[in-house]
This record gives sequence, C-alpha cells and structure tokens, in this order.
Amino acid sequence: MTLVMGAVAYDPKVVTIWAGFRAWFARQGFDFDFVLYSNYERQVDDLAAGRIDAAWNSPLAWIRARRLAGGRLEPLVMRDTDQDLTSVIVVREDSPYKDVADLKGETVGTGAVDSPQATLIPSALLRERGLRPGEEVAVRRFDVGVGLHGDHIGGERDAARAMMSGDVAAACMIDADHLLFVREGTLPPGGTRVIGRTRPYDHCTMTAARATPETDRFRDLLLSMDAADPDVRTLFDLEGLTAWRPARTSGYALLERAVDDEGFYDPAGAVTAPGYRP
Amino acid sequence: MTDPVLDLDDLGFETGAHLLVQRALGDLAPGARLGVRGRDPLLDPHLRAWCRPRGHTIVPAGGPVLAWIVPGGADRWSRAERAGDPGGVAAKAPAHWGLAARGALVEPGGPEPAFDLADRDLVWAEIAPALYAHAASAQWDPATAIPWDAEFALPPDIERAVVQIMTYLVENEQAALVVPARLLARVHPHFREVAQLLAVQAADEARHVEVFARRAALTGGPLGTSAAGGRESLTTLLTEPDFSLASFLLSVLGEGTFLNLLAFLDRHAPDPVTRRAVRLARQDEARHVAFGVAHLRHRSETDPHLRSRLRAAVERRHDALAASAGLNQDVFDALILLAAGEWSPQAIRRGHAAVLDLRREMDEGRRRRLVHLGFPDDEAAALSALHTRNFM
Ligand SMILES: [Fe+2]
Ligand SMILES: [Fe+2]
Repeated sequence: MTLVMGAVAYDPKVVTIWAGFRAWFARQGFDFDFVLYSNYERQVDDLAAGRIDAAWNSPLAWIRARRLAGGRLEPLVMRDTDQDLTSVIVVREDSPYKDVADLKGETVGTGAVDSPQATLIPSALLRERGLRPGEEVAVRRFDVGVGLHGDHIGGERDAARAMMSGDVAAACMIDADHLLFVREGTLPPGGTRVIGRTRPYDHCTMTAARATPETDRFRDLLLSMDAADPDVRTLFDLEGLTAWRPARTSGYALLERAVDDEGFYDPAGAVTAPGYRP
Repeated sequence: MTDPVLDLDDLGFETGAHLLVQRALGDLAPGARLGVRGRDPLLDPHLRAWCRPRGHTIVPAGGPVLAWIVPGGADRWSRAERAGDPGGVAAKAPAHWGLAARGALVEPGGPEPAFDLADRDLVWAEIAPALYAHAASAQWDPATAIPWDAEFALPPDIERAVVQIMTYLVENEQAALVVPARLLARVHPHFREVAQLLAVQAADEARHVEVFARRAALTGGPLGTSAAGGRESLTTLLTEPDFSLASFLLSVLGEGTFLNLLAFLDRHAPDPVTRRAVRLARQDEARHVAFGVAHLRHRSETDPHLRSRLRAAVERRHDALAASAGLNQDVFDALILLAAGEWSPQAIRRGHAAVLDLRREMDEGRRRRLVHLGFPDDEAAALSALHTRNFM
C-alpha cells in the first residue's frame, strides 16, 4: 500500500524536496507518494478525514488536526531544527522602547494572520505583558501567504522593513529570521534591539492520520536518514534540517494558548478567526 | 579535561561572531564542548539560531558562561575529495568535479555538468599551459596595432582584389572562431589550460574577423563575393564532433595552409593596412597550428589508430566536397592580380606563377606537418592532395 503524505506548496522547492524524498524512499523499497495543498486548512481537513495517511504539518495545522481528529492522530517525526525556537519583538536601536510594556499606545508589525511565529505567539507575549492587541497596542498585520501558516516569510520581512522605516514601532519575527534579515541586509547590523522574547516552542511536525505498519516504517526510515549521505544531505539542506527527531508534543502549549485567546480555531477545530481566508 | 570557553567580548552574530565560534569549534577536541560568553544583548537568540541549522545542541550554562555548544550535525566534508592535483592533470576528470578548481576540496552531492571531453588524452597537449601564457601575452589591440589612418590610394581594380580577399578571409575567420568556441564548451574545466587556450584562440579569430572586415570596408566600396563552394568547405569543419579530428582539419590542415596564404598576402600587400593586418593574424595562426600539432602528437602517442582515423577524416571531407567548386574563382583571380600588381600580360604571368608557388608551398607545409605526425612520405603527399581546394 502506498503511503500518501500531504504537504503544503508554500514554495516551488517543495516539489523538489518531496520528489527527492519519494525517490529516496523508493530506493529503500518503500512505496511513498505525496500530494500538495495550496493551504494548510485543506490539508488538515483531509488528514482528519483520513483521505491522506500523513501530513507535514505546521504547528498550527497540528493543533487544528488534533482538535478535529483527537487521539487518532499519531505524531511521527520533526526536524531537529523545529525544536526550542523563540520569537522576538524587535525595535530600532535609536527608538525609546526598552521593554514590551513601552509599546503601549504604539503599533506593532506582525506577519500574516496565521503565522504562529510572527503573529500568534508574539501576540500572546504582548497580552501576557498587559498589551491586548487592538486595545492597549495596535497591530498591523503583513498578510503575505495567508493559509501557509507563516511558512512564507514575506510578511515577517515586510514587518521588519516597516519597523526600520518607522511605519510601526516594533516588529515580530522568529529568532533565526532576525539574524537572516541582518545578513541579507533588510536590517542594518547593530541597528535593532530585542525588547521581548517568547519562551521556547516547537514548530513543524509530521503527523499520521492513525498509526499503521506503513506509518511506523515511514517514521523509522525518516529517522534513519543520515546527512553524511550526499543524496540525503541535498534534501536536508533544502528542507532545513540536519536530522529527523522523534516527534514530541510538549512544545505547542504557547501556541494552543494563543489560538484560544485569539479565537483562531474553536475547541472542535472549526476555523473561527475573523477575516482569515486561506 | 576542561572544556574551552570562547569570550566574544561585545562581538555579536550581526557583525561576524560566527567566525570565532566556527574556528573554536574546529579546534575542539573530540567529545569536548565549547562554552561561549559575551556581552552582546542578542547573543543568546542568535547563538541558538546559528547553531540550530548546523545540528549543534545548546546547553544552558551558569555563571559567566552563557551556554555550552555540543557540536553535532554531519560533517559535510567527511566524504569530500580533491579535484585532482593542482600541479598536474588527471587522466580522467569525473563529472562531479564539475566547475571546481583543480585541486579544490569538492563537497559531494553537487551537480554533474555534461562536459563530454573529460579524458586528458582527448584534449591535452603538454605545451598547452605555455602556449596559453604566450597567447595571453601576445594579444594586440586592433584599434592601435594597425595603421588605419595611413594614407594610400590603390588603383580601383587592385582595391577590389584586396576587398575580395578580405571578404573571403572574413568567412574563413568566422568558421575558425566557431569551431574552437564549440569545442571549448565541451572541455571539462579540469583541463583548464586547454579551455583557456581555445578561449584565446576564439578571441584571436574575433580580432581577425574584425580587422579583415574593417579593411574590406575601408574605402567604402561593396564587399566581394562569397561562393557556395567555399562556405560548403567551411561548414564541413563545423560539423566534426571529434576534438582531435576537428583540431586536425581546422588547425593542422586549414590554419596550417593559411600560414602560407597570410605570408603570401604579407609579401604582396599593396597597402600598409592590409600588410599589418595579415602579419598580425599570421602570428596568431602560428599558435593555433602549434597547439593542433602538439595535441595530435600527444594523442598519437597513446592511440595507435589515430592516424588511420585522421586519414579517414580527410577522405570523408574530400568526398563530401567532391561535387563542390572549392576555392571561389574570384578569390583565385584576386590573388593573381595582387601578386601581379598591374594588368600587363607579363605581370599577370608573374602573378599566376606566384599563386602556383603559393599552392606548392601550402602543399609542402601540409606534408611536413603530416610527416611530423608520423605519416610516411607517400601517404602525407596523398592526404595533402585531398585537402580542400578552399585552403581552409
Ligand atoms: Fe584567424
Ligand atoms: Fe586560427
């Protein structure tokens, strides 16, 4: 039986990546295929309905899938680079803000409405510090790639640019993107400060619709991939990992909380976020 | 064992801290971990963001040490190999060395570009590096090397003869440009001196095209004729896929024959612009011939069947051109008039004799080179006689 996995086509390289994995699985004698979705919500619908065997889920997709399908789901693996991420709230070096609380009455730039790292989790940090988005602090969303759950970093980058040009007082982004934006020249070296940082959280996770001998084999093969193998390394470099790790579900509490506070999904997994049209 | 601690002072990852961290990780003893301390306020998030995609684990530390780095991740260089030895060329250059510099440490898993000329003996000559160095130093500037402004006035018929010859030279030079350029794109970059030499050769031909075209247009008259037979002869050069055979037909036989033609034109040039242009072109051609001959000598040492293949190539081309007219009659006549210098019957007889001498010199030159490549005298004579009547 072919194991069919869903993935979201947030970038053309997704085809290269999963076609490469498919060829690698074929060399291991494992019958694997993939289908691509234009957005995570449809992928989650299909995973929960059992129309696909597994899905390469964003953290937000994992949360909704679990709400829809409950305990039937089986988390399989995640990338080593998906664990213990943090998001930061960044201001210009020459700005007066020293702390998140100083942003009261100001405008904060975030990523797309459905970006865990650049919108939902940082918004939770603002709330935690007494700044309710839309109340004590204004939020300006940079909606690029809505439905891709923040995989497209265009929104984060636009927020960073708006912060530098003074359109917003602060910008939210994942820690690695702050470094990336400095390296690519979007932000000047030493030109920004971090005034707030979230607690660590986990990112994407490979989820099976239910545990079967095929999904076990799928997991074991992924875990056996060795980056020292040039064929594997090319795929790892594209997908941004150095090893697959067994999935853990302990890293999603921050996002669960944010989803509830924001009313993004209801407890049964229905999409309730106002203005969210993937 | 005490784990080392790297003090970054106030240097952050926005301004190059990764260099120091990378260096310290490289010096780390097996099993050790690296402590990092520093005063950059963004050190912690950036250190984590930097380590994460590299497979290094961060362990929180206490006191002045911010964190411990436990090195991880696969060593992407563990299966790397050297792309040969910088001092010498390999017998075969594997496709996966690709565009890497000779002697570079090549990370596996890269592209395998299709350079089909990847065997040393198929392209090499020991003299290639020296010839390339010479070629690079001998480049001349068409704008200044030729006395374009020199005052001269030729009788109209002589000027027309010069223009006809220039018209003919341009089409030959264009073929001589395309052939090395095509071969060059197929040579594995490992044999870079050959590629460099072919590149300069193509650049030489580009200059020849330029100066002959410019001389043709110098006095404003119309250009001469381009005969079908001449272009047919040149077109057969473009279609030879074998490097050694192409080099043989173009450089040894064609450009070798052109050495005599250009010397003839130097002798009989009626004006300083023509004289200078053909003299400079001839110097370049001598290098092209030298590489062709040296390469075929190299190849014949390793391939006992080479000579029979060279012979077959000449015969094939002769057969292909059997029905064609060969040299443009207008070119032949222009050469006679140029050597005659004027229209008197005695002068024309002299000019005609000079062109017959030229053909004899061309034949002798080809035979000498064929003998140098190991052909017996009689075979060399037979092959030389089969060479295209178009000269190239
Ligand atoms: Fe030439
Ligand atoms: Fe030439």
